[in-house]
Amino acid sequence: MIYEGKQKIWSDYQKDIPDDHYFYVRSCIRQSFFPASEQVFLDITRNRLKKDFFETEHHTTCGGIAYHSDAIPQETAMTIIARQFALMNKYGYENYVCSCITSFGLYTETLETWREFPELEAKIKEKLWESCKLEFAKPKYLAHASDIIYKFRNQIAQQAKFKLINKKTGEPLRVVEHIGCHYAKMFPSKGFGGAEYPYVLAGMIEAWGGEVIDYPERRHCCGFGFRQYLVQSNRGYSLSNTHKKFESMEPFKPDMIITNCPGCPYFLDRWQYVISEMEGKTYGQDGHGIPVFTYEEVAGLVLGYDPWDLGLQVHQVSVEPLLDKMGIPYDPAKKYQGVNGKDLGRPELPSCPGL
Amino acid sequence: MATFGYSLTPSSRIDLCKFNQEKWNRLVELESDVLKCMACGSCTASCTAGKFTRTSLRSAILYIQNGQEKQALELVQSCLLCGKCFMVCPRAINTRNLLLSINKIYSVK
Ligand code: SF4
Ligand code: SF4
Repeated sequence: MIYEGKQKIWSDYQKDIPDDHYFYVRSCIRQSFFPASEQVFLDITRNRLKKDFFETEHHTTCGGIAYHSDAIPQETAMTIIARQFALMNKYGYENYVCSCITSFGLYTETLETWREFPELEAKIKEKLWESCKLEFAKPKYLAHASDIIYKFRNQIAQQAKFKLINKKTGEPLRVVEHIGCHYAKMFPSKGFGGAEYPYVLAGMIEAWGGEVIDYPERRHCCGFGFRQYLVQSNRGYSLSNTHKKFESMEPFKPDMIITNCPGCPYFLDRWQYVISEMEGKTYGQDGHGIPVFTYEEVAGLVLGYDPWDLGLQVHQVSVEPLLDKMGIPYDPAKKYQGVNGKDLGRPELPSCPGL
Repeated sequence: MATFGYSLTPSSRIDLCKFNQEKWNRLVELESDVLKCMACGSCTASCTAGKFTRTSLRSAILYIQNGQEKQALELVQSCLLCGKCFMVCPRAINTRNLLLSINKIYSVK
């Protein structure tokens, strides 16, 4: 092996992320799937890492779901994106950070398309002016929010109250990392580690004390696939994808799954319930499912946030076995209490009690 | 069991533990050329039988390496031994010999 050669190749897959001053845009679906993740991200970056993150209530969806479901054409999605850039310009920011992987993929696709076809960018400028009377300049830097946590992973580790370590055995927790397809499979040079060796989540896991599991279907899609899920009769495709991943990771006995996409944690979490109802099968230990987390939730757990403030009660697969392993205290009586002790109601229990 | 209006297709997951090292060693002993395959797919693209049946040497080699022997055999058993792939293989692999050896070694349970 020529070491210098390997270093050169690896350096092509590194990103120089700016140190501060970011314009943050939320995801349209994460807020209902994993409601606390984005709030925790902002709290960690602003209050723990002391970074300037600006967000405005005027931004909208990027149009990604409609675009990937063939409900809107590319030019419409591009005009929506151009408007978000105009908002960023208005508030004086140049570093654009999005919470969603689909958005990250679509923003990258848009910027690359404009680079290849400048006439299309000119056309979108006209469209934005016609529709909103706005002008825009492209961001100087585009990052996904997981890139930011990756960049500051060691600072988070320094402030850690808990580690990804099994308190009883002292062994590192065995963690499956699942990276959204649109992070680096479309434009490999835009993600840490490219499409083959994405390191964004693995880096966090290692920094926080866990052990990354390498299993055969590690790079397989979670199965969201937009159209495959949105049409009910097609959902079998989506489910079968996820099922294939679980069958593949099961022999490696994972303690938890970490993801950086809106769809992946949702499907890896919820499909475990569907598989248990359809096949009577669960993949975790002692009849439980495998708890699935967003990287913000894991960062929050590591930093000592209350699990119920992280919104872990809205997960399908119960997270308590993992909290017990990490030695994180929690009050079961508060699980279904919202802000100011408001009762959130109880979910219906699945037939498989372990989940 | 509950139904949701859609179904679950049996998993086609890869289980690398099923890779049979002993059979692979035998294959390499007989046809060391198999190590030269770069999965370009020229054999599959030019295959006479491939027009009518699922014949693919390229996929068969990959299936074997993934421990999916049954699937590999299904892809070579319809081979006519016409030798067209031998002529197109950029790695000059003796594909006919390789196909016969795969059949011989992997047909044995
Ligand atoms: S020898 Fe077999 S595999 Fe090769 S081209 Fe002919 S039929 Fe196809
Ligand atoms: S043509 Fe040769 S190198 Fe290419 S896939 Fe077939 S056997 Fe392999």
